[in-house]
Amino acid sequence: METEVGKKEDELPQLLDLISNEEDWFKGDVGRGDGHILGDLEEEKLELTLAPPGGEGREKLEKLSSALSSAGFSKIANSLYKNTVVGAQLVFFDSAKPNAEASGFQKDNFVPLPLPVTANFGKESSLEANMRMNQSHERGVHSAPEDGVLVKNRSQIRLTSSPVVGWPPVRSFRKNIAINSSKISDVLQNAGTLENRLRSETSNKGFFVKINVDGIPIGRKLNLNAYENYEMLSSVVEELFCGLLSESFYFTVSCTGMGEDAKRAFTGLLDGSGEYTLVYEDNEGDRMLVGDVPWDMFVSTAKRLRVMKNSELSTLFLGAVNKKRADEC
Amino acid sequence: MLENCGGDNGDDERWSLHPDEASQTKFRQVSSIVCMPPPDQVLENVLEIVLCFLTSHRDRNAASLVCKSWFRAEAQTRQELFIGNCYAVSPARAIDRFRGVRSLVLKGKPRFADFNLVPLGWGARFSPWVAGMSPAYPWLERICLKRMTVADADLVLLARSFTSFRDLSLLSCDGFTTAGLAAIAENCRRLRSLDLIENDVEDDEDEVVDWVSRFPPGKTCLESLVFDCVGFAVNFGALEALVARSPRLRRLRVNDYISVGRLCRLMSLAPQLTHLGTGSFSTFEGEGDFRAILESAFMASKSLVCLSGYRNLAIDYLPTIYPACANLISLNLSYAQITADMLGPVITRCHNLQTFWVLDSVRDEGLQMVAATCKNLRELRVFPLDPTEDSEGSVSDIGLQAISEGCKHLESILYFCQSMTNAAVVAMSNNCQDLLVFRLCIMGRHRPDHLTGEPMDEGFGAIVQNCKNLTRLAVSGLLTDNAFSYIGKYGKSVKTLSVAFAGNSDLGLRYVLEGCPKLQKLEIRDSPFGDAGLLSGIHHYYNMRFLWMSSCKITLTGCKEVARRLPHMVVEVIRDRPEDDSGSFMEKAYMYRSLVGPRNDAPPFVKLL
Repeated sequence: METEVGKKEDELPQLLDLISNEEDWFKGDVGRGDGHILGDLEEEKLELTLAPPGGEGREKLEKLSSALSSAGFSKIANSLYKNTVVGAQLVFFDSAKPNAEASGFQKDNFVPLPLPVTANFGKESSLEANMRMNQSHERGVHSAPEDGVLVKNRSQIRLTSSPVVGWPPVRSFRKNIAINSSKISDVLQNAGTLENRLRSETSNKGFFVKINVDGIPIGRKLNLNAYENYEMLSSVVEELFCGLLSESFYFTVSCTGMGEDAKRAFTGLLDGSGEYTLVYEDNEGDRMLVGDVPWDMFVSTAKRLRVMKNSELSTLFLGAVNKKRADEC
Repeated sequence: MLENCGGDNGDDERWSLHPDEASQTKFRQVSSIVCMPPPDQVLENVLEIVLCFLTSHRDRNAASLVCKSWFRAEAQTRQELFIGNCYAVSPARAIDRFRGVRSLVLKGKPRFADFNLVPLGWGARFSPWVAGMSPAYPWLERICLKRMTVADADLVLLARSFTSFRDLSLLSCDGFTTAGLAAIAENCRRLRSLDLIENDVEDDEDEVVDWVSRFPPGKTCLESLVFDCVGFAVNFGALEALVARSPRLRRLRVNDYISVGRLCRLMSLAPQLTHLGTGSFSTFEGEGDFRAILESAFMASKSLVCLSGYRNLAIDYLPTIYPACANLISLNLSYAQITADMLGPVITRCHNLQTFWVLDSVRDEGLQMVAATCKNLRELRVFPLDPTEDSEGSVSDIGLQAISEGCKHLESILYFCQSMTNAAVVAMSNNCQDLLVFRLCIMGRHRPDHLTGEPMDEGFGAIVQNCKNLTRLAVSGLLTDNAFSYIGKYGKSVKTLSVAFAGNSDLGLRYVLEGCPKLQKLEIRDSPFGDAGLLSGIHHYYNMRFLWMSSCKITLTGCKEVARRLPHMVVEVIRDRPEDDSGSFMEKAYMYRSLVGPRNDAPPFVKLL
């Protein structure tokens, strides 16, 4: 038992070194223990007025988030799956946040550094945590309770940017409550018949389409409104059905780290370079390759998605797709 | 007639089972006695009669261990078959032993599947079970499935195989569509309850089947119809007609495609309802104002004890339920985004409330109102409106403290919050000593006591120490190994433990595995427990239903060691990605005892050691 623990201690210093190199991003008293980086970027777009002290934090944040978004945010979840010390991971993500922005939104800002692995570390971290807690309490601005609109938007964004699978442990049908209940009054003003009301309710809830994978009897539903582009969709699809696709799929692409390699992994579904391809059925009943039309058009016309084996793809409908493309040209 | 049973074998000549008495037994499988049977037979017959009265499966399991004769008698007479892990035994084996089963309870996937931790296609298919039972249990009346994958074909086979079928409960299942429901509705002529709770019903929008129309004409036996999880509109005319011809209907929970206008009509047809799921609880365009009608409907429903629904609550309609509040035992507002002001008039009328589910939008103030009125509260669940780690915390230690002071008979609590204090948790442990279930979810990982900065060890320690009947515990927040030492030392009744992002070292896991003799279900995620901790439970794993560990520090070596030393444990390693490095930690390990060894339906991403 002792030797195993010792091995882990050897691994830790490497992670700590990584963090200290990022010193200029890491402000000592920053709170927060998770990676809501993309979420923060979204918040900036909303022009929320709880302003951070300076602009330079934002640039770094944007650089990091664009690097991450090219790999798909699911990578954040994956790297948490990888067997590194969880706490150190949390700190790494945390280092990208401008600190006042974090303090403006969250009250209890702290992170233990790192997640205690041994008893010694544990003691230090709770001490450190204590210090952080006091600092952030003294310094932090506690925002007034936000109005309903803000909560709604934030919850819409947060749902897509949370990096930890299954945490908090709330079942999926309990998410989106804020969006549903507050939208109803708007919907009812505009809706005509019951059917219209249901349809517009669907589009306000987020556009759920069914997705199936060849060979897997059980489908899933995806909320297309939750994603912004094809890369995100592709990475979510891959993660959703990971493990079910044949293992050769993974061996043809490398999934290590972020950047170019990861990019190749995720475009396997969109450009036919992997073994499977993502197709969809549009509102006219035609089968189309995902990725041809602009994203917004895709979201508004897609009715269901399918992950098909490339072998079946070519025989079935590529001819029809080519014809459609020719018609559109 | 039963006084001397189980006594001396030598005195069997003294008494015999009178033929009339034999026929009076309600249990037909006891062989009828015509003349004085041999002594062994008498004993077995008597035993079978006695065992009729044993209903708890635990008692029956104990009785079956006494001797072969008891084993046989018990197997013949067991009517309800409870299988807590569908992979612990095979259908063939279960059916072979228990020949007279009328009711089946079957549970499948581990609970963390609810939170997307178990990849799709993992297993727990109902198909082999229904296929085996179809010829073997023609008198089967009741099936209750939890976290199983149920195909439409399974439901069709079920409906056709069991002519006396009465009760179907599907909880958190998936794999079926409205077509399967149609088969049940159409073919199960004696259907008494159809309870669909929190399932994932998988239809395409354009392939939805009108299953409600498929119920046969004429009076039905329906007592319970729960379909709030079915996310597609139902044929309202058919539903109305169904309710009208179901005089025994007591429980009706509709989905959110039923507006208040329609709800009024249903309620007027079934004033005898005891449990009502109110669906959308808002008006659809052009419906008009139903408040007065709805209020009088609630006044007329004198039997209502349980209300739920409120999926899209129109706040103007909430006051209509006031007349029903005084009788309510159970109220579920957990889909309604209401404030304390909106909750106030409702909850202050609910003096008899025992079960209350609510969203944290009511804030601490709302919980204080609950504490002030609901003195008989037994179960409280506070769900997060915004279930993310950095949402603004709406409820806190203040709410928990208030509840503990007001609701002293509390037995079960599930509480989501952003921050907590040890003091509040300790207060609850002192005030609510009847607690059986304590599940506190501090959503931000590793959050300490927000007043003192200390870990939450002392709070949870007090819970296990003071609540002597505690059987289920879920921990969260910043926790060191100390917390686990408390659990191991004091948690002698704990059967289910959920751990996430907690602990320092293997010691934590050791404390629990060595200290909690009643532990049956242990689920751990993202905690630094390694092989040493894992192996410290070897002495106990056969007594457990399962152990789940994901994103911890156990390795393949450790898992293999468990498999080697415990041949009747099935150790599953579930991979999301192919492992490059065999020395790296196991992503997900799920292990459970089994009488039949590793399963043969495992998908490629599951490795069985």
